[in-house]
Amino acid sequence: MHNKTIIQLAQGLRSGEFSSVELTQAFLKRIKRHQKLNTYITISEDSALRNAKAADVRLANGNPELLTGIPIAQKDIFCTEGVKTTCGSKMLDNFIAPYNATVVENFNQAGAVLLGKLNMDEFAMGSSNETSYYGPVKNPWDMNTVPGGSSGGSASAVAARLAVAATGTDTGGSIRQPAALCGITGLKPTYGRVSRYGMIAYASSLDQGGPMTRSVEDAAIMLQTMAGFDEKDSTSVDLPVPDYSAGLNNSIAGLKIGLPKEFFGDGLNSDVAAALETAVNEYRKLGAEIREIAMPNLNLAIPAYYVIAPAECSANLSRFDGVRYGYRCENPADLTDLYTRSRGEGFGKEVKRRILMGTYALSAGYYDAYYIKAQKIRRLISEDFKNALAQVDVVMGPVSPTTAFGIGEKIGNPIEMYLSDIYTIAINLAGVPAISIPAGFVKDKPVGLQIIGNYFAEDRLLNIAHRYQQVTDWHLQPPKGFE
Amino acid sequence: MSLTTDEVKKIAHLARLGIDEQDVESYARDLSGILELMARMNELNTDGIEPMAHPMDQVQRLRDDVVTERDNREKFQTIAPQVEAGLYLVPKVIE
Amino acid sequence: MEWETVIGLEIHTQLATKSKIFSGAPTAYGAAPNTQACAVDLGLPGVLPVLNEEAVHKAVIFGMAIEAEIAPYSVFARKNYFYPDLPKGYQISQMELPIVGKGHLEIEVDGVSKRIGITRAHLEEDAGKSLHEDFHGLTGIDLNRAGTPLLEIVSEPDMRSAKEAVAYMKQLHELVRYLDICDGNMQEGSFRCDANVSVRPKGQNEFGTRAEIKNINSFKFVEKAINYEIERQIELIENGGKVVQETRLYDSVKDETRSMRSKEEANDYRYFPDPDLLPVFISEDYKAVIKAQLPELPQAKKHRFKDQYALDEENAAILTYSCQLADYFETALKESGCEAKLCANWITGELSAALNKAGLEIMDSPVSSERLAGLLARIRDKTISGKIAKQVFEEMWQSTATADEIIAAKGLKQITDTGAIELIIDKIIAGNPGQVEQYRSGKDKVFAFFVGQVMKEMQGKANPGEVNKMLKAKLKR
Repeated sequence: MHNKTIIQLAQGLRSGEFSSVELTQAFLKRIKRHQKLNTYITISEDSALRNAKAADVRLANGNPELLTGIPIAQKDIFCTEGVKTTCGSKMLDNFIAPYNATVVENFNQAGAVLLGKLNMDEFAMGSSNETSYYGPVKNPWDMNTVPGGSSGGSASAVAARLAVAATGTDTGGSIRQPAALCGITGLKPTYGRVSRYGMIAYASSLDQGGPMTRSVEDAAIMLQTMAGFDEKDSTSVDLPVPDYSAGLNNSIAGLKIGLPKEFFGDGLNSDVAAALETAVNEYRKLGAEIREIAMPNLNLAIPAYYVIAPAECSANLSRFDGVRYGYRCENPADLTDLYTRSRGEGFGKEVKRRILMGTYALSAGYYDAYYIKAQKIRRLISEDFKNALAQVDVVMGPVSPTTAFGIGEKIGNPIEMYLSDIYTIAINLAGVPAISIPAGFVKDKPVGLQIIGNYFAEDRLLNIAHRYQQVTDWHLQPPKGFE
Repeated sequence: MSLTTDEVKKIAHLARLGIDEQDVESYARDLSGILELMARMNELNTDGIEPMAHPMDQVQRLRDDVVTERDNREKFQTIAPQVEAGLYLVPKVIE
Repeated sequence: MEWETVIGLEIHTQLATKSKIFSGAPTAYGAAPNTQACAVDLGLPGVLPVLNEEAVHKAVIFGMAIEAEIAPYSVFARKNYFYPDLPKGYQISQMELPIVGKGHLEIEVDGVSKRIGITRAHLEEDAGKSLHEDFHGLTGIDLNRAGTPLLEIVSEPDMRSAKEAVAYMKQLHELVRYLDICDGNMQEGSFRCDANVSVRPKGQNEFGTRAEIKNINSFKFVEKAINYEIERQIELIENGGKVVQETRLYDSVKDETRSMRSKEEANDYRYFPDPDLLPVFISEDYKAVIKAQLPELPQAKKHRFKDQYALDEENAAILTYSCQLADYFETALKESGCEAKLCANWITGELSAALNKAGLEIMDSPVSSERLAGLLARIRDKTISGKIAKQVFEEMWQSTATADEIIAAKGLKQITDTGAIELIIDKIIAGNPGQVEQYRSGKDKVFAFFVGQVMKEMQGKANPGEVNKMLKAKLKR
């Protein structure tokens, strides 16, 4: 059952081959069997079975939706009413969210079954899932390597078939990079396409939720439920949501693909480069036209990002002060002590590093040199994408310079870790959508191909990615031990 | 450009962020490294470029002035560290 | 040395909206603690702000009223600081691009008018309240007020005395109520003032170092606090000291300002544009609609009252102090058809006194403008005298009866039958030969005695003019 696609499962539920309760139980069993992956922070067994039962009733009584009765999991950054929502932090270890994120609400409406909450880098700050208060997540392809981050729990769980599909969030690559490292499909939609309401903010002008699935076909179904205008989010965009599954099989003959030379330089591992070349060739066979393009400002994406994201996060995380919810230190001597100790004890090292960085960048005398400068560079990078996407339909490139690296390998060196996001960060700065799909293996570890499209062209991206999955089977291969 | 341990302490206080004395040095080192990374921005002349605060070139949508929220105090305060008589309690505020 | 005072005011007005600036929670005053603080107001993880249309509308109305530039694009920024009544650890405010730019307000002090510049007015959210009653040595936090829309109105340092500052504050207070953008209730904190005060030797161009006085919530205290502060600064400088730039708190009990050490340290607010909110766009069309709907403003109304109704400065000023009072006057005047001066005197006299005594506002007056008009009409057509009218008014205050009903029921109609009056006059003259003699020998003062006697005999119902005329004729020397 756990290898089936959403459509196959929906058919099975409708034909009576299995019930949602049985399906849910099967996944709960797998989750428990594979706990050493450390993908789930919270397994909501009771409510999952309750919801599965309700889904079975809905399936029997008519008007079910495609996701009714399908067991999925949420990244633990989305608030789930009555269910612990930790954001991977000690700060929220005791936080039972009193309301649902819009994304969660959408899945509830659809009748999807929530299996539990997935591990992640603390407050989505990290590229390896090692900053989680709940310990590192392991990559099912190699238990000694990281699954990537920050949505590492989501990627690992989907790859290991511990959920049919999962949600993730992407601020600088947090959906795409773990998807690539775990050999699954991950889509970061256009900024404003998926509501941020109830998604605990890291960097508000960059954060975007999206689906993490085994196939593009499943991603289209998940996105259909996640996307849409939300009046509770001022940055949500009021545009109609197209039918993402309708055009999946459209021909891509004549598609113009741009390969930025900045994406294929020295930093890229040569084996990964070779795998990508094969993938691009596959597109050529499908009738696409490939050309090299230039995006001259991409090399400044990392410094600009590491000003903007920490600046926004330094303010976003001020609300965690031990007063209204979350961790509070023991016996605070006075108000300052309450703040400094609750925050000092509740936040981990990477979170603190970014809060300090952001506080510094915004402080008197440095604002123009860092923050304004970074925003100007953000404009230039965004222009690079606009120019590129005026010449070609999509831009393709790597997701990560290497395949999954070892647990503990980079965590001691924050800058080296930051540099591993080199191919994903610029996309968030511009706000355009991008998808990562499995494109082969290097030494038995998955490689991801990134496809970047124009604003609100998710349907086109899904179509292009799906055509590739019809002629390759990388996305169908399960990790050893998780078949 | 590098940060001194005193500067780190100053920023940490501004952010009300307790950091262990023995970690101050390593924060100073990490942050200095990040600042070096940031300094690469200066390679590019950005005179006359409009700063970009937001990926979407849109304006703020306005909400009708209607009350939509009901009293949820009980629900919200079950997750609070310390409350009494409906109030959140904190160490004495001295003005 | 002669000193000059320089004052600028920052006034926080709570905008009278039903819901909060960024959430759908109610703004009503006085609810049980934290029952009006929703997820957004509490700053729960993941919540987001959405801007209230009415707050923007009211800010633009204000901007148009002070003839200010309205920013086509204004931007919300985060002002970062930690305080328990500030749930998110930052206040959503406006910094570089406020919604209302430079404008001005006319004030009048001792009959001299002066234009006070307004630097800017920006939208922001209010904070909650810290309650310092003792909770086992802890402070209680009520976040009901958190997220209430505020318009912070910042003046230029154009005022030169506490008196001018108070005049400006009063003028502004009057204006926001005229515009119906703020209820102006100072006890409830709807209209709050911070004053920036400095002194400099007369003739010097540069400003002295200023102190900011917080928490002054009445006109009286603003005057006292500023005057105290001026003296403190002058004394300090004259004794060789130096004024330090700081925030000071006014203690109305001790009538002094004192330094707020807690707010002094590290005032680095790290403002930056709030990424959760987009620029607010105000179109020319939107401004045109508001401009067309602007009510007549206090200054204009006062001048019109003086011109159109020939009222003196004092009456015109009192009647235009609130829009409601001015409307009351104009309705009563129109309905009664009486002279403007009579109507004005009744409202600023009898009616105001009765309202004051009962602690009521004009909109809550038991005697409506229409009912007062009924009374004034009877004075105008001489059905009753002014004196009887006061008696009728008292009856009206207690009941819902019209003036006519009371006059009829109590038989207060003036006696205009000259025959009846003549009879009485003859009787009085016959009964007081001594006084008649005195009057005829030139003691004019005695005339009042006769009037009084006649009126007494007629229970005040005679027309005094008629009585005078007839008495004069009868007593003719």
